[in-house]
Amino acid sequence: MTQRNYGTAILSAFEYLLDKYPEVFVIGQGLWSPWYVGNSMTDLDKKYGVDRIIDTPVSESACTGAAVGASLCGMRPIVVHPRIDFMLYAMDAVVNQAAKWSHMVGGQAHPAVTIRGIINRGGEQGAQHSQALHSWFAHIPGLRVVMPATVADARDLLIASVLCDDPVMFIDDRWLYGQTAELGPVVERDLRAEGPLCLGVGSELTIVGSGYATYLAMQARDVLATCGISAEVIDLRVLNPFNPQVVVGSVSKTGRLLVVDGSWRTCGMSAEIIAAVAEHLSPASIKAMPRRITLPDAPAPTSRVLEKIYYPDVDQVAAAARSMLDK
Amino acid sequence: MSNFSSLGRLADASNFHAPIDISAADPSQLVVFLESMLRIRFAERKLADGRRDGLIGGPVHLGVGQEAVAVGVSTCLRKTDRVFGAHRSHSHLLALGASVHKLFAEVLGKETGHSKGMGGSMHLWDQGSGFFGSVPIVAGTVALAVGAGLAAKMQRGGDVAVAYLGDGAVEEGVVHESLNLARIQGLPVLFVVENNLFASHMHISIRQPKDATARFAEANSIPCEILDGNDVVAVARASARAVERARDGGGPSFIEAVTYRWYGHVDWRDDIDVGVNRSQDDVANWKARDPVLRLRTAMIQAGLWSDAREAQLCERLMRQIDRDWQQALADPYPGAEALLDRVYSSIKPVRS
Repeated sequence: MTQRNYGTAILSAFEYLLDKYPEVFVIGQGLWSPWYVGNSMTDLDKKYGVDRIIDTPVSESACTGAAVGASLCGMRPIVVHPRIDFMLYAMDAVVNQAAKWSHMVGGQAHPAVTIRGIINRGGEQGAQHSQALHSWFAHIPGLRVVMPATVADARDLLIASVLCDDPVMFIDDRWLYGQTAELGPVVERDLRAEGPLCLGVGSELTIVGSGYATYLAMQARDVLATCGISAEVIDLRVLNPFNPQVVVGSVSKTGRLLVVDGSWRTCGMSAEIIAAVAEHLSPASIKAMPRRITLPDAPAPTSRVLEKIYYPDVDQVAAAARSMLDK
Repeated sequence: MSNFSSLGRLADASNFHAPIDISAADPSQLVVFLESMLRIRFAERKLADGRRDGLIGGPVHLGVGQEAVAVGVSTCLRKTDRVFGAHRSHSHLLALGASVHKLFAEVLGKETGHSKGMGGSMHLWDQGSGFFGSVPIVAGTVALAVGAGLAAKMQRGGDVAVAYLGDGAVEEGVVHESLNLARIQGLPVLFVVENNLFASHMHISIRQPKDATARFAEANSIPCEILDGNDVVAVARASARAVERARDGGGPSFIEAVTYRWYGHVDWRDDIDVGVNRSQDDVANWKARDPVLRLRTAMIQAGLWSDAREAQLCERLMRQIDRDWQQALADPYPGAEALLDRVYSSIKPVRS
């Protein structure tokens, strides 16, 4: 067992992949700097060389497109976007090219590219250094969307993403980097078999989250336990293709659904979760109206006073859960 | 003023009507060029008719008049090279030796097509012949070709990538990022701009301050040539230099081939009244700069070709194309399962 935090778990996934698979390379901005990607890629350039860890011109669009092109030629590139906001320049490469290619060419070629977009917000950085756009990407058939919430998943789902033949949007969150855990040796997983998991069993309420929202849900679960409320937490992990089975199974047991999502409300992932439950469960098995906690439908503010209102916290999650149980 | 900012006489359709210079070319290769150009032209005319007659459901962007570019470039390539195209890419695919029958089947949406009937005219794929894909998003594959070049460099096999793009594509930002990235990384990429002076209905004079797109190559320190794109020998010679440079580790090159499409932007009509400055006279003048006519006349003048041999060749090609078309019409459509089964690689095991 090795002690890792979320950031160094990602680093160890890079090391594992680069050691074992010569077709893996990494491309993106800031890869030779300690500044951009926290402790998740430290010294990779020194260990594997600057020809395999490619720091690039300020060209998100061409670099992402190039990774897609290389992936059609037998390589397994990982594109790194230290902030998702800047990645928006690359949407043609992601949405029109990577996501569509397999279908457009009759399943004869697959872009085995992993696009790592980092959510890096707060600290009064404002609207263009803040976004969590997993709901957007989960809307696109052909993309797999992965959001690790735990230290183990940060490592293992990155490895599974890169070894998968499909394009994967891997979204990690700098607010999770401080978490630590003991990790065993790597076991390679088939990403197609991965999906939502129960991280904490409970009986009265299901809280669903992904990424940092799962972290909030787990913290809230502890708070609720002190008030005698038994909450079950489901971590989505893979948002697209979305398999609702685990969430539906949990709500059929608890009868109550609270979704916590780090993206906006309208057309967000939270709506998809509630819709999936509504479609699969009869009203008779629902004990309370579903609730969701999301970002307000506004860009991120800069002022710390407004930031505090803008981002959901543990107290908000716990309060919503209590209100659903009238406790 | 730079040499790479103006097309000069090449943009004036009243020039370059004379037979091309074939004095330095290998006679047997000239016959191959002629046959390849005619095959592409006949195939595209078949598609024009099929679209006009309502047999083809989707749009076809025809490149009749532009055949010399793809034929000249492809003669320098090998099967392991990586070619990417755009919306007007029938010639790019066929010039690599890809099946005409599969092109017809693809355009008709048949399971036997190059993309198994999932792509149509605008999403072509035939990796076996080196065609890694075409898409209709303008400039959508330019960065992909750069990535294919990056992969080729890492794989150390001496392969090259080719990005076909049009004069309209250089108005997209990603092209400039791609040129810079290819140059700074020293990648084996050949950028081939088919400058046919039009982006859809818009003439280049009302889209760009200069008519030569090679100025962007020069701005990125990429070796470039501007040439008569209706001269297959000139295209082949310039491509050979560029491909050799790329295989030897000399980085990217840029060829601007000046040419013209005889049909309108899309489908079988001339669209005379749609394009600004596209008069009947212009079209007639450009048809006199026909890449096929100028090659065959040069060959006849050199005693390498005859009307009789040409008639024989055309008959053979047309017979095959008719057979290919009939077969494609009779081929099956994809099954309903194709709709969902091809979204992800689920039919292929993940490496582990």
